[in-house]
Amino acid sequence: MADPNGVLIIAELAEGKVASVTAELATIGAQLAKSLGQELSVIVAAHKVATSAGEASHLGVSKVYTVENSLLAGFQIEAHLVALAAAIKQINPRIILVARSVIGRDLGPRLAFRLGVGIAQDTVDLSWDAGHHALVATRPVYGGASMAKVAVKSVPAVATVRPKVFDPIANSAPGQIVPLTVSIDPKSVMTKVLSQQKQAATGIKLEEARIVIGGGRGLGGPEPFKVLDEVAKELKAAVGASRAACDAGWVPHTYQIGLTGKSISADLYITVGISGASQHLAGISTVKNVVAINKDADANIFKEARYGVVGDWNKVLPAFLTAVRELNSNR
Amino acid sequence: MPVNIIVTAKQVIDPETPASSLRLNAQTKRMETPPNVPPVINGFDENAVEAALRIKDAQGGKVTVISVGKAFVTDVVKKPLSMGCDELVLIQDDAADTFDGYATAQVLAAAIKKIGTYDLVICGRQASDFDQAYVPLGIAELLGIPCVTIGQKVDVKDKNVTVGRAFADSTEVVESPMPALVTVSNELGQPRYPSLRGIMAAGRKQPISWKLADLGLNAAQLEAKVEMLELFIPAREKKCEIIDGENEEDKGRKLALKLREAKLI
Ligand SMILES: Cc1cc2nc3c(=O)[nH]c(=O)nc-3n(C[C@H](O)[C@H](O)[C@H](O)COP(=O)(O)OP(=O)(O)OC[C@H]3O[C@@H](n4cnc5c(N)ncnc54)[C@H](O)[C@@H]3O)c2cc1C
Ligand SMILES: Nc1ncnc2c1ncn2[C@@H]1O[C@H](COP(=O)(O)O)[C@@H](O)[C@H]1O
Repeated sequence: MADPNGVLIIAELAEGKVASVTAELATIGAQLAKSLGQELSVIVAAHKVATSAGEASHLGVSKVYTVENSLLAGFQIEAHLVALAAAIKQINPRIILVARSVIGRDLGPRLAFRLGVGIAQDTVDLSWDAGHHALVATRPVYGGASMAKVAVKSVPAVATVRPKVFDPIANSAPGQIVPLTVSIDPKSVMTKVLSQQKQAATGIKLEEARIVIGGGRGLGGPEPFKVLDEVAKELKAAVGASRAACDAGWVPHTYQIGLTGKSISADLYITVGISGASQHLAGISTVKNVVAINKDADANIFKEARYGVVGDWNKVLPAFLTAVRELNSNR
Repeated sequence: MPVNIIVTAKQVIDPETPASSLRLNAQTKRMETPPNVPPVINGFDENAVEAALRIKDAQGGKVTVISVGKAFVTDVVKKPLSMGCDELVLIQDDAADTFDGYATAQVLAAAIKKIGTYDLVICGRQASDFDQAYVPLGIAELLGIPCVTIGQKVDVKDKNVTVGRAFADSTEVVESPMPALVTVSNELGQPRYPSLRGIMAAGRKQPISWKLADLGLNAAQLEAKVEMLELFIPAREKKCEIIDGENEEDKGRKLALKLREAKLI
């Protein structure tokens, strides 16, 4: 068999369309392929592949491999694992990239184990290291308190890539579509999704808001979030929270910002009674201006903040709200 | 129906350690806490213990906890016993600190095979040291059992497990035949505190100690596929402007003026 060759990205579909995370993979995939001096390709595995394969062919790839099977309808993870593992054996890539999305963070590691190879999870930077002859990845560790540089020594090397770190690749001339034949034993399908529920969207989405105000344990209870709501209304902001506030049941977990919550990229993020634990900061790395309102001058959040007020929010925040209302009415 | 459950639990440095007292050891490529800060059981693993005990409370059964590590602190690793688990298996190895997820998963899968009878394996969604969310998926693959991640509710009925999964903006319920592996998240709810009786019982209980050789494993099989090259803290160039004022109300007012001046609001 020929030596493993090329960079393969695994396409993710969202409501039948190629997800934007896949176009992000193509950006970093193209860089890796260039340093390797090899080709970039993508694989689409789905119930019906025609439309999505067409879309994927414009991701700067030379080939789009497709696997079509009715068992791949929706996202049935065991069927996908069987299909992808078999297809990858045929394609024989050197590097495999998967998005670290809800789907990819399970798919990537399981695929790696199935292939008997190593994987770097949740990476934010990747390069081909000719010296180590390995894929070298940078990933946040210890809740974001530090970064690890790791070498994936196995062949092929697999990595999952954190969403929104790379820009999506620009559309290119279409690559060639290569259908693969893979059989999936229906018995490999074990788990079944019984129901799915989307949280009703209320107000401005945290991830899309230009201004976010977040509350933490320092608020002391659910009531004070009403003050945050009022400030948010005045500033057209979204309200978020630290995990401590969510775990305490003061606000739903959909409010959580951070490592295991949402990532925001607001122009302005006002934190109230949040200490600035690394796991919280992990969700605000692309925020442009952080404001800290905290009574402890030594709180870590001041290291991350552009503007800070040392004081009790009970006094600071109502005065801030009044001043904002005045400013807004004088506009 | 009594349920046999295996929980995996990792001893980690306390993630609540303030950033100012965390130290990076470039030699070992690990973050270190001051010597007076004891390690803890990974938080999500305490959620895993809680999920297992809720099933045991409702239907009976047995909960066995397994941990792989280099240097266990007895009081720390015994916490799941004092919460109500039945058995603790400790797999100590001097190289355990340098295992990658692939090796750790192999050790845990071998230990689970040695235990033999189980309906459910429950793990934390990720370990708070390297945040990989990787080992449980490997265990499931190596055991060839189905796997459902990020559970906030785990219920066993007959030969099936149903898992409520928590995502940023949605939830879903997944059903799987057992044996299966489930990972759980903090949305599951506060883990119970050890009772005094539990602490006494745990004190008397002797953990089971296994070596790699007891699992039929050797170092060559456990060679890392992913090697840590470097651990570093990226330089951050941030300067905070502290808003001063006559009193706290005045600071709040000045903050509003400042943000308007900066055209941020
Ligand atoms: C694996 C893992 C994942 C995690 N993921 C996340 C995550 O996604 N998001 C997240 O947020 N956390 C996460 N955490 C938790 C994180 O480590 C912290 O525990 C949490 O962020 C602390 O929340 P907090 O800042 O609200 O509370 P605290 O750290 O308790 O801080 C409260 C702050 O409020 C201040 N304060 C108190 N009273 C007042 C007052 N009257 N006026 C002004 N200030 C006041 C205090 O000075 C203090 O600084 C995670 C932890 C782990 C281990
Ligand atoms: N050394 C270990 N001993 C016991 N369980 C572990 C170990 N490493 C990982 N795990 C389990 O796997 C989960 C995910 O870990 P990780 O993949 O390292 O993020 C943890 O929450 C534990 O339940």
